[in-house]
Amino acid sequence: MKVEGKVFKYGNDVDTDVIIPARYLNTTSEKELASHCMEDIDADFSKKVAVGDIIVAGDNFGCGSSREHAPIAIKACGVSIVIANSFARIFYRNSINIGLPILECAEAVEDIKAGDLVSCDLSNGIIKNESTGKTFKAEPFPEFIQNIIADGGLLKHIAKRN
Amino acid sequence: MGMTMSQKILAAHANLKEVKAGQLISAELDLVLANDITGPVAIKEFKKAGVERVAQKDKIALVMDHFAPNKDIKSAQQCKTCRTFAIEQGIENFFDVGKMGIEHALLPEQGLVGAGDLVIGADSHTCTYGALGAFSTGVGSTDMAAGMIEQKCWFKVPSAIKFNLLGKLKPNVCGKDLILHIIGKIGVDGALYKSMEFVGEGVKSLTIDDRFTICNMAIEAGAKNGIFPVDEITLEYLNGRFKREIKAYYPDDDAEYDEVYDINLSAIVPTVSFPHLPENAKTPDEWGDIKIDQVVIGSCTNGHISDMRQAAEILKGRKVAKQVRAIIIPATNEIYLQCLKEGLLEIFINAGAIVSTPTCGPCLGGHMGILAENERCVSTTNRNFVGRMGHITSEIYLASPFVAAASAVLGRLASPEEL
Repeated sequence: MKVEGKVFKYGNDVDTDVIIPARYLNTTSEKELASHCMEDIDADFSKKVAVGDIIVAGDNFGCGSSREHAPIAIKACGVSIVIANSFARIFYRNSINIGLPILECAEAVEDIKAGDLVSCDLSNGIIKNESTGKTFKAEPFPEFIQNIIADGGLLKHIAKRN
Repeated sequence: MGMTMSQKILAAHANLKEVKAGQLISAELDLVLANDITGPVAIKEFKKAGVERVAQKDKIALVMDHFAPNKDIKSAQQCKTCRTFAIEQGIENFFDVGKMGIEHALLPEQGLVGAGDLVIGADSHTCTYGALGAFSTGVGSTDMAAGMIEQKCWFKVPSAIKFNLLGKLKPNVCGKDLILHIIGKIGVDGALYKSMEFVGEGVKSLTIDDRFTICNMAIEAGAKNGIFPVDEITLEYLNGRFKREIKAYYPDDDAEYDEVYDINLSAIVPTVSFPHLPENAKTPDEWGDIKIDQVVIGSCTNGHISDMRQAAEILKGRKVAKQVRAIIIPATNEIYLQCLKEGLLEIFINAGAIVSTPTCGPCLGGHMGILAENERCVSTTNRNFVGRMGHITSEIYLASPFVAAASAVLGRLASPEEL
C-alpha cells in the first residue's frame, strides 16, 4: 500500500493530551474526536489537514495516557501515516491494533520539513520526500506485528486465528 | 542467562521456563481493567468483534473514576455503557459511585491484584501494581477488548534498567521526590519499552505507598512496567486483602540489565517537575519565586493514606494562602473514611482546603479543579503536559504532598522547610 500527502511536522514528546485533550474524552465518536485532533498543539489542525496527509515528529510520539482516542482521532482526520524517531509504547501498540500506519525513521524525520510532499510504501518501509527527491528506509515491523496489520487489526487477527 | 523479576513473571504466565528480552510471547492474564473513559471504547470493539461473552468475568474490573460522579451528560452515558455491559456479562468487579475509588488505589485495596500477577489495564498508570511485585502495564482499549475475549495478551519481553537503592529518605522527602528525581535523570523516554526494577537495601525503608507512587510514574519515563521485590512490607499489605496465592519473584544474580543506577536515598531532596514535562525536575535552589493559584493533593499517584497524613502534617494549625484554592482528594472511600477517623478531614477543612469524593477529576483536566488562562497549580498528580489540567497557557508543577501542602500555605512553590 502506498500513501502520499503533505507533511505536518512536530517536535519531541508529543503527548496524548495535546493529540486529543481529555476534555473531549466523554465521547467515542470518531468524527467528534477528529474535530479536536492536535487542538492544544496546533489549533487549526483539523481544519487544515486533508485525507492522506502525514504527521512527522521527533522522539517519543504519543507519550502519556493510554487513550486509544489519540490514534483514533489521527486516523479519523484522514492522516495516512505517522513517521517519528520513536513512539511511546502504548501509542505504538494502539496504532497497530486500530490500523493506523506508523514508521520509525530518524533520517527521514531529520530531512522532512513541514509542508513537504512525502510518499510512503508501507509494504517495504520506503519513504520518499517528493519535494527533495530523497528516499529513506524505515525499520520493518517484526513478522508477528506485520500479520496483525495484514489481518486488519488485533481483533480481526484473533478472529482469523481462532 | 538469568532473568529479571519482570521476565520471570512473564515466563510463568506464558508457561515457559525461560524468556529473553525481545522475545514475543502470549501470556495468561490475572486481571484486565478499564475505566469510564477507556471502557466504552473497549466495549465497542468487543461488540464489533461479534463475541457474546467475556472469557473470565471474575478477572475483569471496570472502575468509574475519571469523569465520575458524572460530570456531564456524555460522561453519564459512558458510565451507563460500562454499567450495562457489567450487568450483561455478570462482571462483579464493577465499581460505581459509592464503591469506587481511583482504580490504581482501589484494586490493590480490594485485594484484586497482588504479588506475581500479570495485569493489563486500559489506563497508562496500570504500572502501579509493580509496588506489590506484580507485572502490570497499561494498554489501549483494543488490547483490553482482546483481553476480555481471550484472557491473554501478547507481549514483547522487555529488557530492564536496575535502580539500586541505598540508605533511607530524609524527613519531608518521599517516594514522589525519588521518582521525579529519577525521571529528571533518565528523561521521559529514558526507559522506553523497558522495565524499571527497584532493588537494594534501601527498598525496606520505603513504605508501600511510596512504592505505589514510584511504580505509578514508571510510565512517565516511558517504561513498560516498574517493579519492587516482595518483602515484609509487601506481605503486610497483602495479608488479609489479596485472595490468591502470593508468588514472589526475585531477579537472578546473573540477570542482564541495560543500565544500573545506584541511588543514595538520603541525598534526595524535595523535587518538583516544572512545566511541561515530568523530566523537568528541579531542586529547591532552582525553583525561584513561583506564585500559585491552586494546589491539588490526590490522584492515583498520591491519593493514598500516607499522602493524606503528610499533607495534614503540614496543614495542621495553618491556613491555605488567601489567593490559593486547595483541593484534596483521597483516592478511595476507605482512605476517605480513614482520614475521617484520624481527624485529617477536620485539619484540611480548618486550613481552608476542600475535600472531594474520590475521582481522577482535575489530574487530566476532567472536572473538580480546571485551570483558567495563565493559572499555576502545584499538584501531586503525574503529568504536567500543555493543557493537561485546563487552559493551554496554564502550568502544572508536579510535587510531593509535603511540597504541595507547604506551597498551599505560602501561596508560592515552597519546600516544607520554609514553614
